[in-house]
Amino acid sequence: MVTSITSFGRSGLYDWMVQRVTAVILACYTVFMIGYLAFGAELTYDMWTELFQCTAMRIFTLLTLLSFAAHVWIGMWSVSTDYIKPTGMRFVFQSVTGLLTFVYVAWGIQILWGI
Amino acid sequence: MLVSVYRYNPETDDAPYMQDIHIDIPGGKDIMVLDLLQLLKDKDPSMAYRRSCREGVCGSDGMNMNGLNGLACITPLSAVVKDDKLVLRPLPGLPVIRDLVVDMGQFYKAYEKIKPFLINDTPPPAIERLQSPEDRAELDGLYECILCACCSTACPSFWWNPDKFIGPSGLLQAYRFLADSRDTATRERLADLDDPFSVFRCHGIMNCVNVCPKGLNPTKAIGKIRNMLLSQAT
Repeated sequence: MVTSITSFGRSGLYDWMVQRVTAVILACYTVFMIGYLAFGAELTYDMWTELFQCTAMRIFTLLTLLSFAAHVWIGMWSVSTDYIKPTGMRFVFQSVTGLLTFVYVAWGIQILWGI
Repeated sequence: MLVSVYRYNPETDDAPYMQDIHIDIPGGKDIMVLDLLQLLKDKDPSMAYRRSCREGVCGSDGMNMNGLNGLACITPLSAVVKDDKLVLRPLPGLPVIRDLVVDMGQFYKAYEKIKPFLINDTPPPAIERLQSPEDRAELDGLYECILCACCSTACPSFWWNPDKFIGPSGLLQAYRFLADSRDTATRERLADLDDPFSVFRCHGIMNCVNVCPKGLNPTKAIGKIRNMLLSQAT
């Protein structure tokens, strides 16, 4: 048993499951967006605004945003523990990744509810 | 043919280097790489490599031949030589002791971690612990591992974290004991593996399956360990 204090959920199984569940959510959102843009009517500003003013779409987008954050953390944590061996450098990389992810989530929420 | 061999003697060399040797195969026969090594050693007795059984059972002569790990004793030249050239290197990722001889310490430590022995807390019967033929069949494809390290040293996850990731060989053995009907420590064994490194650093690239000289499938065994962890989780 390897003790890890910076992984997403401390358990390998939990991280593995979260990575897969969030991947499905991200895939669903991507498919929806491609479908909406490719097969919907010609896109106008009003249609785009209307789409994101819908509560269901906001919930779906927020879910995707949070899934993205969890997915990114698990993936980047894995990459950093593979390739960055000095603890200090790895800590800086993980801190920047965590901070950027948080900024994207907070910014995304502001954009989503600011429409 | 041209053979390019990784050479390093820490007592005399500052750094490893590749030595190119031209050699004629007697009779133009399709010999094994181990036989070729013996021919090279006849030319240069300072060359070091491990060998023992010369029939793919002991796992001593694992090495990297034209980029692919395998056992020199059961790999014919025709299977690896390209453009009349063969590049021989030690198993990747492990410290080199000399020439093609690597320090297997880290590999054995990973093996030791999975407790490679039967644990059974019930009183032993008078003669032996019996298994049904079906239970015994569960161990097929697992017990045959000869610990040659070809798989683990072909695995990038093992290269980057040999002290934390058990590696394909160790995990194949871990499943061999998890699947054994006579073993009673399943819960403890699984608890020891449920961290982000030991099992879950496997990304399923299947290099291990590609190189295993015994034709075993560690990726499948790792998948089964994952399923066992999933099925006992709440």
